[in-house]
Amino acid sequence: MSKNLRINSSKYIDQTHRISFIFNGKKYYGYKGDTLASALLANNIHLVGRSFKYHRPRGIMTAGSEEPNAIVQLHKNTSRTEPNVRATEVEIYEGLEASSQNCWPSVNFDIGGINNLFSPFLPAGFYYKTFMWPAGFWEKYEYFIRKSAGLGKSPTEPDPDIYEHKYIHCDVLVIGAGISGIMAAKTSAKNGLKTLLVDEKPYLGGSTIYQNSEYFKINNQTSGSWLEKEINEIKKLKNLDIKTRTSVSAYHGYNFLLARESLTDHFPIEIRKNKTRQRLLKIRAKKVITATGSIERPLIFDNNDRPGILISSAIKKFADLFGVACGEKNILFTNNDSAYETAISLIQKGINVEAIIDNRENVDSKLIYEVEKSNIKIFKGFTVVDTYGYKRINKISIMQLSKDGQKVVGSKKNLSCDCLGISGGWTPSVHLFTQSGGKLKFRDEDLVFIPNEYPSDQLSIGACNGDFFLDEILTNVPKSLQKFLNIKNTDYENIEFISSINKSKRNIWLLPSDKVFGKTKPFIDYQNDSTAKDIKLALREGFKSIEHVKRYTTTGMGTDQGKLGNMHALGIISETAGAKMGELGTTTFRPPYTPLTFGTIVGRNVGEYFDIFRKTPIHDWHIDNKAEFENVGQWKRAWYYPKDNENMHQAIQRESKAARESAGILDASTLGKIDIQGTDASEFLNRVYTNAWSKLAIGKCRYGLMLNEDGMVYDDGVTTRLNENHYIMTTTTGGAANVLGKLEDYLQTEWPELDVYLTSVTDHFATVSVCGPNSKKIVSEVIPDLNLTDENFPHMSFKDAKIGKINCRVMRISFTGEHSYEINIQANYGKSVWEKCMDAGKRFNITPYGTETMHLLRAEKGFIIVGQDTDATMTPIDLQMDWIVSKKKYDFIGKRSLYRSDTIKEDRKQLVGLLTENPNEVLEEGAQIIADINKSPIEMLGHVTSSYYSPNLNKSIALGVVRGGKNMMGQKLIIPMEKKNINVTVADPVFLDKENKRLNA
Amino acid sequence: MFIINCPFCGKRDQSEFKAGGEAHIIRPKQPTELSDDEWAEYLFMRKNIKGVQFERWNHVHGCRKWFNIVRDTSNDEIKTVYKMGEDPPKL
Ligand SMILES: [Zn+2]
Repeated sequence: MSKNLRINSSKYIDQTHRISFIFNGKKYYGYKGDTLASALLANNIHLVGRSFKYHRPRGIMTAGSEEPNAIVQLHKNTSRTEPNVRATEVEIYEGLEASSQNCWPSVNFDIGGINNLFSPFLPAGFYYKTFMWPAGFWEKYEYFIRKSAGLGKSPTEPDPDIYEHKYIHCDVLVIGAGISGIMAAKTSAKNGLKTLLVDEKPYLGGSTIYQNSEYFKINNQTSGSWLEKEINEIKKLKNLDIKTRTSVSAYHGYNFLLARESLTDHFPIEIRKNKTRQRLLKIRAKKVITATGSIERPLIFDNNDRPGILISSAIKKFADLFGVACGEKNILFTNNDSAYETAISLIQKGINVEAIIDNRENVDSKLIYEVEKSNIKIFKGFTVVDTYGYKRINKISIMQLSKDGQKVVGSKKNLSCDCLGISGGWTPSVHLFTQSGGKLKFRDEDLVFIPNEYPSDQLSIGACNGDFFLDEILTNVPKSLQKFLNIKNTDYENIEFISSINKSKRNIWLLPSDKVFGKTKPFIDYQNDSTAKDIKLALREGFKSIEHVKRYTTTGMGTDQGKLGNMHALGIISETAGAKMGELGTTTFRPPYTPLTFGTIVGRNVGEYFDIFRKTPIHDWHIDNKAEFENVGQWKRAWYYPKDNENMHQAIQRESKAARESAGILDASTLGKIDIQGTDASEFLNRVYTNAWSKLAIGKCRYGLMLNEDGMVYDDGVTTRLNENHYIMTTTTGGAANVLGKLEDYLQTEWPELDVYLTSVTDHFATVSVCGPNSKKIVSEVIPDLNLTDENFPHMSFKDAKIGKINCRVMRISFTGEHSYEINIQANYGKSVWEKCMDAGKRFNITPYGTETMHLLRAEKGFIIVGQDTDATMTPIDLQMDWIVSKKKYDFIGKRSLYRSDTIKEDRKQLVGLLTENPNEVLEEGAQIIADINKSPIEMLGHVTSSYYSPNLNKSIALGVVRGGKNMMGQKLIIPMEKKNINVTVADPVFLDKENKRLNA
Repeated sequence: MFIINCPFCGKRDQSEFKAGGEAHIIRPKQPTELSDDEWAEYLFMRKNIKGVQFERWNHVHGCRKWFNIVRDTSNDEIKTVYKMGEDPPKL
């Protein structure tokens, strides 16, 4: 096993810099510049994983991001471990640890491999068909399926790395730095356009950069050395920004693209600390040039998935770029000339090529002649019918193809090998183009989908546009660039080139075999283990749409999105169903092009930065006094203030009692505040609230209910008339932004004639609410100049006042039913006013209370909370709040909807009070309410919306919505719970002080 | 993500805006005179066209102004943008 297959001829590998790494627990060596794949191959390791369904041994197949098989887990560490990484993209560094995934207990001995023997039982849709029934059994199957399948393990601890997002704006974005991309970037930048060139690989130049053959020349140099000079030139261009290791993962409308830039993934872990690991680039480009190249197709024949079978161009890349031989006895199998390029590269490097199997008959070209010269046996008109070797290919069988390519004829010949390169022609990488909404067309001559209609200002050039060969690129790319960038000429008009390739191809989507079709395993999607057989089965079972066949067979649904085999799937569907490929279309490619880490997606928005949170000016006091907080919208609100070892219930009982018996204090700063001014302010309020506002005297406050046009309650709050044309409206904490938005909408679009100006002043004021029988005494101490007599300052009125030199607005309004004051002061004085109230209230045991106690106190009074006791289906009538709906007003938002046939129904859900038979039984909020337990099916009448134990009433109280509840006063209902049924009685929702005596106490 | 040309601020990223549904649905001046069906027509009925559609948008994280756009919903192309109160352009 431990052979060294390194050949000393690559300038891209630094052989003076040896690197050790661990794969499946064993130490190996590679060199700087290696990928994990090239380093493993240099150590003669092909077997790197097991397939998903059958657990067949699988090896490295490609040398790029299209890799379906060599998917590994990186790092052992529980916070950094990362699944589903392509070994072909991982650059090795000292200390790299990688392991095979999808195999248990080990890649060499795998329990799941037994599925391979049972494979006749695992056809397309197997999981859908088998594990669906009986439904309850899924839990039993699941454990075993998960254990033996599964794609890698996720980390169990927080990610220690740093990620970030960055916006980039440019004139031209060029995706892909192969020969076409380099030409485009140079042309664009030299013409004064701010250009960004990105490539997923660590180096520039794509597959041309290691092209070192007499048969492909530009200006009398090999195409590789010509391109190297071009690259050196563009690095000097001022307008050009180049980003390598940067993979574009999504191409959205209006040329908005997302790319992942890897910054430290190729460094040893120790030196990554405090550096950004990956950056998500949000790119907005005026123009986009896609030069994403093409992917070589495999060939589809029996057992085409053994370790040691690679895409032919990958073998070339491993030899040319990494200086690694994939085998010592190489055979190439092709239907076109590309494999001969590989053969020539291998021959040049002294790597043994045993034979070439070429589908084509009577084919000739300069490349074939060159290979024949080296005495390599070429089997023209032959196909591979089978391969052998469990963990590594060791032999192939070949047979001659019939004239029509539908059958094999003659006798079988065996050839031994340790590596088989396959080449089925090229597929343009149109993934990003189609993501952007681009429409493809099918080119019948060489059976490829190429870009046809561009949805934005963009251009595809080179191989991704179907120009695969050097002559096509050098002829077509300059012309398209001229037109697209609107420039006179490029550097490439008078270029000379030699491109000696025969472009003929003999395409057979599914190669024939001497075996019965049902007995073969010609894999199409290697990652998801779907074969040609599965596709044909799906068609037999009646699936017609490509999207359905894809889902049923899972073809193209792996993390590689079927980059290798999708075209064969389409080809086989088209042949079997007798439909034209161009008419079938393709499946949809979706972002990301290659998998993204969650870290990259969230960037810096983690921990306390996950979402914005808003703090009141009194927040620090709450923290110092050990408040527990709850999130209300984006606000952090004090929830309750536990004392000593109190639990939540105990704290709330204490707070609620104190507020009613002496004094409580609440931070109400989060309530939305909208300043309303203008000569039509009163008229405006008339239109947006259900009640009348014109007659509200200056200095008075009024509670208002706001509806949607559909008549449903939207928000509520107290609005105060500060002056003739000046009001301050309060909204619910969570509704503030939406209410402002809604009011602005009406003003701008429906009633632009109204003279009204709205300003959000929520953040400008701190609001301290003091309530309870001793509140008057406390406030009179804090604001001694204010006359607090009921005559001067009655309930529902407002006064301007001063605390020291600071102006404040004091409202005498109450959400608890107690005598209470709300002091509104410039935000930065909020904390000091709060502390003044605390000082003044000390002798009255003033008790800070949070939102939970506030909810309890208002429930005792039957006051609703919009969003808790209402959802978007409750009218004011449903809430038994008919009193707030003006009968006189001609119109207001939602009025007409209050007498639609549906809203006037008697049996709508209506808000009622609920009292439990056992006063100590507290209902669960959200619990269902029924009347008859014996009726089947049981009819649900409604649900509990608010429920508390009231320490002031010494009993459990609840609010709920019940169908027809208004007319059920005193009726017994049932709350069915898991273990018991709770008996309740429908009651008045006002449980305490119905006469409102406490307001003036 | 679109780029929307706010008639008051100029070209801005879509993330600064909020969509407000179909444009040119005028709130009846005298809702109380309407039958249930007529009111329902105003309240609930919206087209959802594949193709060219007139829409209300609000520059909510900008000037907070409402305006109208003409957008092809099949490819998100915004054909034109115009202020509230202006007549819809003829296409
Ligand atoms: Zn604007």
